[in-house]
Amino acid sequence: MQVVVDNNGIKRYLVTLNINGDSYTRVIKANTLLVKFLREEIDLTGTKKGCELGDCGSCTVLMDGKPVNSCIVLAVEADGHEITTIEGVAQNNKLDRIQESFIENAAIQCGYCTPGMVLSAKALLTQNPHPTEQEVRTAIAGNLCRCTGYVNIVKAVLVAADEQ
Amino acid sequence: MNLPDFDYYIPASLQDACALLAEKGPGAKVLAGGTDLLNKMKHELMAPEVLISLKKLDQLTSIDYVSGKGVVIGSMATHNAISNSSLLQEKYLSVCEAAQHMANNQVRNVGTIGGNIVNAVPSADLPPIFIALGALLTLVSTNGERVMPLEEFFTGPGKTHLAPDELLTGIVIPDNSFTGSTYIKFGLRRSGALAVVGVAVAVEMDRNICKDARIALGAVAPVPMRAKKAEAMMIGNAITDELLEQVGVCASTECNPISDIRGSEEYRRDMVRVFTKRALRKAINNGHV
Ligand SMILES: Cc1cc2nc3c(=O)[nH]c(=O)nc-3n(C[C@H](O)[C@H](O)[C@H](O)COP(=O)(O)OP(=O)(O)OC[C@H]3O[C@@H](n4cnc5c(N)ncnc54)[C@H](O)[C@@H]3O)c2cc1C
Ligand code: FES
Ligand code: FES
Repeated sequence: MQVVVDNNGIKRYLVTLNINGDSYTRVIKANTLLVKFLREEIDLTGTKKGCELGDCGSCTVLMDGKPVNSCIVLAVEADGHEITTIEGVAQNNKLDRIQESFIENAAIQCGYCTPGMVLSAKALLTQNPHPTEQEVRTAIAGNLCRCTGYVNIVKAVLVAADEQ
Repeated sequence: MNLPDFDYYIPASLQDACALLAEKGPGAKVLAGGTDLLNKMKHELMAPEVLISLKKLDQLTSIDYVSGKGVVIGSMATHNAISNSSLLQEKYLSVCEAAQHMANNQVRNVGTIGGNIVNAVPSADLPPIFIALGALLTLVSTNGERVMPLEEFFTGPGKTHLAPDELLTGIVIPDNSFTGSTYIKFGLRRSGALAVVGVAVAVEMDRNICKDARIALGAVAPVPMRAKKAEAMMIGNAITDELLEQVGVCASTECNPISDIRGSEEYRRDMVRVFTKRALRKAINNGHV
């Protein structure tokens, strides 16, 4: 990894992340968290910050297809990896069926948990197109929702799976 | 929450990683998944000047059977890699289950077995089952390699025998004649909750006679511990429900729990009794589950 040292002796690292299909090259400090990189360097603010400790899942993104909490991943560690954020889920201006299903099944109230929920659901359905209710619950267990009580979220994911 | 500044290295070989650790001294820390370390740095509980990432050391993520040695798990294997490993599912489903039921999916995709062990948190979910199965650690530094039983690795909460310039590279479950093993955990929620009590057992049964037994307890002492008196009550004896109850009672007196927000000492002891009995019955009847 290429290192750039400025006049004050501060080191920065040249990283290239593939985010939602586009390549972004930036020179960043090692202490830049992935969530900060996405929100502040790339202006993709769909990824939310809640607990910032890996507990709540608001900051969930997919890294090489797997859900991770971007608040506990360093951006330098995502160098060369493929990241999908909520902005990358809709294709050709058309919402993903999971997103449609969340709307149709009233699985969104304040919406703060929704980006993370949709990405956890997306990763699940990609890997396991016809999950059981228990598998859906396990997949979203790291995404806390303070509004819905989860019932409609689980339903929305199951409905989206049925439609596949 | 921001992280303090630090220097970052991502060595391409194990040799380079060891050399860097030795060169940078005690101010350097190994970065595995970061799920624990980065949180500690945010809270200023730790302020390493240098982080040495193991992410490029692909050889540390493998999970293989090495004949004559046993199942070798690289320290950088994530919890999900462990729970999805077909080799482990076939030989020690109990290990997969322990990894599958900890933390949450996002953390399991990133957190590693190496971090779970080196952290030395008394309630960590992986050490008990590996202690029950007699696992050995491979520790590597510029001075070479040494092997240490996991059971002897911990010296106190957050403390281990790992030298500052040493890396944990692998965990070995040696070939053995255990016929069953399991880990059961009590947490306050089903997901993302630390163990209030965790009990792992491994047994070797010859019909109804117990030939060998190991009971490893988590979250009820400063370090994961074996209940050796309770184990001794089983060996050579026919298994009955009465005996398992007595073994549970014995394990509950051997452990040394504290009272905290998650449970009182008394409660933890009683849960050790119940869970030891339950885990033994499960491993005796159902094998490695
Ligand atoms: C939301 C959440 C839930 C959690 N739930 C659980 C749970 O249910 N059960 C549980 O047991 N834990 C849990 N944890 C704790 C933690 O995620 C795990 O212990 C994890 O396995 C740590 O691994 P890591 O790779 O992220 O370690 P890191 O944070 O990278 O490292 C931890 C420590 O180990 C050292 N280290 C790591 N690897 C090596 C190595 N190979 N050689 C030498 N030193 C090394 C590091 O220097 C550091 O001091 C949870 C954490 C979070 C954030
Ligand atoms: S903000 Fe990342 S898990 Fe809560
Ligand atoms: S909809 Fe408000 S937190 Fe989930």
